[in-house]
Amino acid sequence: MTVELPPGLALQKVDERIMTLNVGPQHPGSGHMRIIVQIDGDYIVACDPDPGYVHRGEEKMAEYRNYITNIPHLERPVIHDSCNVLYPYVLGAEELLGIEVPERAKYVRVIASELNRCIYIMYWLAIYGIFLGHSTMFMWPAGDRELLIDLMEKMTGARVTHAHFVPGGVRNDLPPNFEDVCLRQVNYFEKRIKEYAAVFYDNPILISRTRDTGILSRQDAIRYGTTGSVLRASGVDYDLRVKEPYDVYDELDVHTNVMKEGDSYARSRIPWLDMMESCNIIRQALQKMPKSGSVRVKLKPNPKTKGLESVYKRVESGRGSLGCYIVSDAKTEPYRVKLSVPSFRNLIALPNLLRGEKLGNMPSVYWSLNYWPVEADR
Amino acid sequence: MSTETENPPADAKPKTQTPPKPAAKKPAPVELPAFEKSISDKIVEKFGDKVEVGFVKEDRVRINVGRESVHDVAEFIRDGLNYDHVESVSGVDYPQDNEIEVVYHIGSYTDSSLARQILVLATRAPRETHPIPGNDATKLPTLRDVFYSVEFHEREVFEMFGVFFEGHPDNRRLLLPEDWADLPPLRKDFAIKGR
Repeated sequence: MTVELPPGLALQKVDERIMTLNVGPQHPGSGHMRIIVQIDGDYIVACDPDPGYVHRGEEKMAEYRNYITNIPHLERPVIHDSCNVLYPYVLGAEELLGIEVPERAKYVRVIASELNRCIYIMYWLAIYGIFLGHSTMFMWPAGDRELLIDLMEKMTGARVTHAHFVPGGVRNDLPPNFEDVCLRQVNYFEKRIKEYAAVFYDNPILISRTRDTGILSRQDAIRYGTTGSVLRASGVDYDLRVKEPYDVYDELDVHTNVMKEGDSYARSRIPWLDMMESCNIIRQALQKMPKSGSVRVKLKPNPKTKGLESVYKRVESGRGSLGCYIVSDAKTEPYRVKLSVPSFRNLIALPNLLRGEKLGNMPSVYWSLNYWPVEADR
Repeated sequence: MSTETENPPADAKPKTQTPPKPAAKKPAPVELPAFEKSISDKIVEKFGDKVEVGFVKEDRVRINVGRESVHDVAEFIRDGLNYDHVESVSGVDYPQDNEIEVVYHIGSYTDSSLARQILVLATRAPRETHPIPGNDATKLPTLRDVFYSVEFHEREVFEMFGVFFEGHPDNRRLLLPEDWADLPPLRKDFAIKGR
């Protein structure tokens, strides 16, 4: 008895030589994602990414809730980068509601989003390590990110899903003595991630597996509209914290890490360099932050505008530029919220990078794209 | 007694404040950011009546264009204005106008003067009450041959709003299940249970 499968579920048979393989969508700690690859012997001839296994309709839900109650669920796509994924929405809502944010709140937001970037990259690095069979590189980042998670817990009261940013500032002020604890932890964290070079980034086995695999040229990186570490590993100097500074990034000295190789190794090294840059930014922000003052202004219930008004804000998240397009019709709920997420934008490069690669290189190329399936699906 | 004495000055104050207000309002609309204005001027100069400037704000320029000339305008934006990638393609459903709007947010990596800028290109497709995605009037020309980066974004708009992009090489579903047979879910008439 044969059961007819709906189109897309049955694997296409090409010819005797080419075999179609289903990779995923089981969840090996990396989110549900299916990649359909066609292989000729050991080489990939075609690849068809199939996201959507974790589509939760965040954008639809946002149309039914008012601006403030959207916050806890809009951070769900990337819970380990929850401050950054909320950031553009909060900036957009502030513009629509006509709120000016206190200076101290802006610094608290920068510190929170940089800490969150490190937490995200450490998770990503742990999975990258285990994808390549490097168990130490799974254990070390998974352990060291606890340092920063503890800091975020002190700051927000929650370990992972903070819901800390609100239109008008942040939810709570910093706890007493936070600056000292933060500085100490961040300094130790930076010392600790520098040790990863010896075990991982200078490791000849890692280099031989990732060097010259999945090369993305500069022209293609621009043409595909990739963003974040993928773009910067291909030699494009573009970081929104420098190019379009939001909140107080224009008062801080931010260095953009750029590499020219465009291979998996460069794409995996850039986030690690970014973490050290984040530590620098946190130290600067702690120094420049006003020591006291308000961190939140009262919300006005309705947008100040009449009629249809739209706003598009973007920030640099752990994976790249994250945009939020909000259309308001002057009601208490947004008319439309669209998250333009970096994972979804980087996914377009995957079929082109994998074509001609060996199947064994697939995990390293796939995960070097800094791809988070849950975010791409929303 | 105290309320009576406080009231007259409270009434008197707005009277004194009202005259400066219109004077302050007048210069505000004239003060458009110059660089952004030059971008919108170039497009208006080239296409004239076919395009309409939605707004010119700091770092954001919005151009509304009809579906028949959206492809030409996009080509001009790429070749004449150095924009090189699309960041986001969003559908917005307007049942009251019987139209679906598709909004392209276009940015530039190569031109450093445009690094802060986002050009918002909006076009509208007719909307049908009982949609048959792909086989009704809700169609737009694809921009995939102009901006390669719209490929997955346009696939998403097709499944979420039922806007078919003519000339797109791959119009399959992306995020929804393969056997989805309901309305396109981000349309306004697709209601969430219990809401």
